[in-house]
Amino acid sequence: MIHFVLLISRQGKVRLTKWYSPYSQKERAKVIRELSGVILTRGPKLCNFVDWRGFKVVYKRYASLYFCMCIDQDDNELEILEIIHHYVEILDRYFGSVCELDLIFNFHKAYYILDELLIAGELQESSKKTVARLIAAQDSLVETAKEQANSISNIIAQATK
Amino acid sequence: MAMHGMRGLSVFISDIRNCQNKEQERLRVDKELGNVRTRFKNEKGLTPYEKKKYVWKMLYIYMLGYDVDFGHMEAVSLISAPKYPEKQVGYIVTSSLLNENHDFLRLAINTVRNDIIGRNETFQCLALTMVGNIGGREFAESLAPDVQKLLLSSSCRPLVRKKAALCLLRLYRKNPDVVNVDGWTDRMAQLLDERDLGVLTSSMSLFVALVSNNHEAYWTCLPKCVKILERLARNLDVPQEYTYYGIPSPWLQVKTMRALQYFPTIEDPNTRRILFEVLQRILMGTDVVKNVNKNNASHAVLFEALALVMHLDAEKEMMSQCVALLGKFIAVREPNIRYLGLENMTRMLLVTDMQDIIKRHQAQIITSLKDPDISIRRRALDLLYGMCDVSNAKDIVEELLQYLSTADFAMREELSLKAAILAEKFAPDLSWYVDAILQLIDKAGDFISDDIWFRVVQFVTNNEDLQSYAAAKAREFLDKPAVHETMVKVSAYILGEFSHLLAKSPGCSPKEIFNIIHEKHPTVPTSTIPVLLSAYAKILMHTQPPDPELQNQIWAIFNKYESCIDVEIQQRAAEYFALSRKGAALMDILAEMPKFPERQSALIKKAEEAEVDTAEQSAIKLRAQQQMSNALVVIDQLATNGAPPPPQVNQLSLVKMPSMSSTADHNPADQALSVANGTLSTVDPQPPSADLLGDLLGPLAIEGPPAAAVPSEHNVVSGLEGIPNVVDGAAIVPVGEETNSVQPIGNIAERFHALCLKDSGVLYEDPYIQIGIKAEWRAHHGRLVLFLGNKNTSPLVSVQALILPPAHLKIELSLVPETIPPRAQVQCPLEIVNLRPSRDVAVLDFSYKFGTNTVNVKLRLPAVINKFLQPIPVSAEEFFPQWRSLSGPPLKLQEVVRSVRPMPLLEMANLLNSYCLMICSGLDPNPNNLVAGTTFYSESTRAMLCLVRNIIVSVFDPGN
Repeated sequence: MIHFVLLISRQGKVRLTKWYSPYSQKERAKVIRELSGVILTRGPKLCNFVDWRGFKVVYKRYASLYFCMCIDQDDNELEILEIIHHYVEILDRYFGSVCELDLIFNFHKAYYILDELLIAGELQESSKKTVARLIAAQDSLVETAKEQANSISNIIAQATK
Repeated sequence: MAMHGMRGLSVFISDIRNCQNKEQERLRVDKELGNVRTRFKNEKGLTPYEKKKYVWKMLYIYMLGYDVDFGHMEAVSLISAPKYPEKQVGYIVTSSLLNENHDFLRLAINTVRNDIIGRNETFQCLALTMVGNIGGREFAESLAPDVQKLLLSSSCRPLVRKKAALCLLRLYRKNPDVVNVDGWTDRMAQLLDERDLGVLTSSMSLFVALVSNNHEAYWTCLPKCVKILERLARNLDVPQEYTYYGIPSPWLQVKTMRALQYFPTIEDPNTRRILFEVLQRILMGTDVVKNVNKNNASHAVLFEALALVMHLDAEKEMMSQCVALLGKFIAVREPNIRYLGLENMTRMLLVTDMQDIIKRHQAQIITSLKDPDISIRRRALDLLYGMCDVSNAKDIVEELLQYLSTADFAMREELSLKAAILAEKFAPDLSWYVDAILQLIDKAGDFISDDIWFRVVQFVTNNEDLQSYAAAKAREFLDKPAVHETMVKVSAYILGEFSHLLAKSPGCSPKEIFNIIHEKHPTVPTSTIPVLLSAYAKILMHTQPPDPELQNQIWAIFNKYESCIDVEIQQRAAEYFALSRKGAALMDILAEMPKFPERQSALIKKAEEAEVDTAEQSAIKLRAQQQMSNALVVIDQLATNGAPPPPQVNQLSLVKMPSMSSTADHNPADQALSVANGTLSTVDPQPPSADLLGDLLGPLAIEGPPAAAVPSEHNVVSGLEGIPNVVDGAAIVPVGEETNSVQPIGNIAERFHALCLKDSGVLYEDPYIQIGIKAEWRAHHGRLVLFLGNKNTSPLVSVQALILPPAHLKIELSLVPETIPPRAQVQCPLEIVNLRPSRDVAVLDFSYKFGTNTVNVKLRLPAVINKFLQPIPVSAEEFFPQWRSLSGPPLKLQEVVRSVRPMPLLEMANLLNSYCLMICSGLDPNPNNLVAGTTFYSESTRAMLCLVRNIIVSVFDPGN
């Protein structure tokens, strides 16, 4: 299973963290520190896997951003590598050629999408189309609620004039 | 794309990004936290929008690595908001900020439950996602049944059901005792028929968790998995959106193959054939293409297929294909594939008979030790370590030593430990071992633990032939200009102890030896001084006739240290000084150290413990256990056909392989017996044993036609079985008890009973030898491999193994070597055929010599009746008519057991299951009765259906 997902920029800034195994706040900070040290220093053209404390970390760099997932020793590494790519493709489709800035200012979106992709550290949906449809449905629910709120407040505002 | 931006949040993020340094960032964060805190204090004035915004800011700050120790309550409270936007934020932020151990989560359980059982499907999704990501024990207790209902509900849409499957997976994984999965066999089978591939993917993950815990309950799902795999691998009816770079859901393929690896084997020939066709297709049909993602996805599937093939013990031809494939992979350019090739080759080592084929790739693996990527170098090291045995130890250890000087610091400690262990385990001769360890200490001094040099000292002390050689070597190393302190210690010790053996060689007079050691004296730390002092004292003692000049020199040193601040040094100096003035007494007290008792290497122990520490309930471990008892240290995988081991060097003589017949004439009575066994059947002389196994199997026993007991045979057998220890359970019958001074480790009877239920494990162990067993049973045939492992550094000689088979079993033992080389393991396969039903037990008469000890043990072999059973489900329509049609003995036996404490039903069911009797639940109108069915195989009866009711047993022979 995937124990956690980290998105770290080349400068070591954290862009997203998601923990499927219980780590305390202190442990989380330590994990991030350690792994940034290991992964950001690895050169290009090396393999995408790193041994780390009895686990394996599968990572891939996209432009300035490293996507990392920590898995058990005997999990299938390439499968996880392609889950990362699958996630990136979905982000790309959603934001339209995604870049790090999109993820900085819309980090909550990255969370919503991740939740449609993974639960309990396992892949939940492998169809990009389905994920895109579900996210669009969520967006429209939020939009509708906002419009409703606006119209009600309009009504109240007008009534109290 | 809908961006419902939150201006406040964006402004804050921009501010943070504009900070010039960490200090500014901290100030900005503190300001914001202060702001959020005051706003939360006065909660009444907050609009839902504001609350949402602040909660996101908190998460952002948290992500940056700052402590956020307030506001959790606000995040959790958003979960109970009535509207979707707030609820969504509440769920997501809560599951990102908190973990399963936070108390705040408890407050949300009710709301979460209401959302799950409510009708709003979007709320259901949110709740299931959060519970699936951070749900703990209390969630499992109150929500598991509701989640199960959603998963199985036909009215729920796939988007809810796939989340329910993974949510349930989490709850089950975390608390298998709380989540009740009894009776899930049928439900799981139903879920595996699912057409929606999203739901199927999630369900397959759940299924993997369930089978990993108990595969027995899910046999019926096995063909379904094969079908799913076939559908995907052949791309039949897979919607376009579920193909990834042209490959039908690689993830689902991988998961399905993972699930199949939890079943010990696949019995049904048809299913097996289909599966192997699919696997063959994957193995041969995966090409390297330009697109990275397509390549990764297809190789993810390929590597999982390799793992499955290894697990299923495919034909040797297919295995060789796999090794060839891996051999290709470890030489490709693409680093991921190189890494995985090495990793999977290491796993391949666990498969019997594969070592030799893997060894062909040794050169390439050694090249990988110099790969630019440390991840790959680590895998290469693991593989070399695993594949090392007596035949290639020299090459591998020398390669490791050479690599040591250039290896990264992060790897040196592990590397030197591994090199030391291999050198010790597989040394072709002891002088080579001394060379290797001294070189190791020379090259990697800082990374050498004391255990390593202690061990070499033990070896040298215990082997007289080695002492002068070691002393000469130590002198050579000490002669070098810059020597590591560990080298000084070990050399000084060895020279002190044994340099007098060299006295006649040039440059090795006591004085010269002293000078060489003393030259290092100014450079060593305090901790080494005591070793030097002892060495000086020993040199002094060995100098006969005394050399006054040397004596004065050494006395001066003792004198100097008599006032040393370090107590250990002070004491030694004072004592040696006083002793060396006493002349003759010195000889006694400083005489050569006695031999060390034979003991397990601390290094190997350490390595084994480390392995246990990292042991996990994972597929690979389970697989490894199924392959071979993990208690066995596989040292030397000799070819099972009994071919002599590869040529060995010096002391270790070639192993002779006497044939069975030549060992048999050692005991004419036994030989007579084995001949007699071919034609005669015997009355079971075994009194009903007190153990559970006997009780349960008793009623199942089908006696052969009564025949006259052959007196001699009867004597031998009852001599084995009739000894009083049937009751105390000790199966070992000390034939000549006085010669057996060696005590077995562990209870032999318990080991035997455990092996009656398992197919691999340890049958016998004492301080010198360990006998392990791995068995496979198919219908009335069985193949059992004995692993004879010599635990010592000296060979075991006069090894003899003789099988005393009962009349109903035909057993052929392959050659057993007469000598087991030090620290080596030999495998002796046994072919077993069950001729007819009986509950007699085969006995292995095993003896060997170690030094002057002769050890002889008689061990029951776990080729018992239940090994020839195969569970079979029986329906009510089949069971009762057949049950009633059986009138009584001998076809139907009834045994009433009185005045025993009834066993809990569940326990009883488990027990029957472990004897391969399949429980058919719900058949008997009385819920307290257990009904079970199984098929019994023997050569004379072929397949025979056996039915069990409660513990009343009936045998039904379709032929009659």
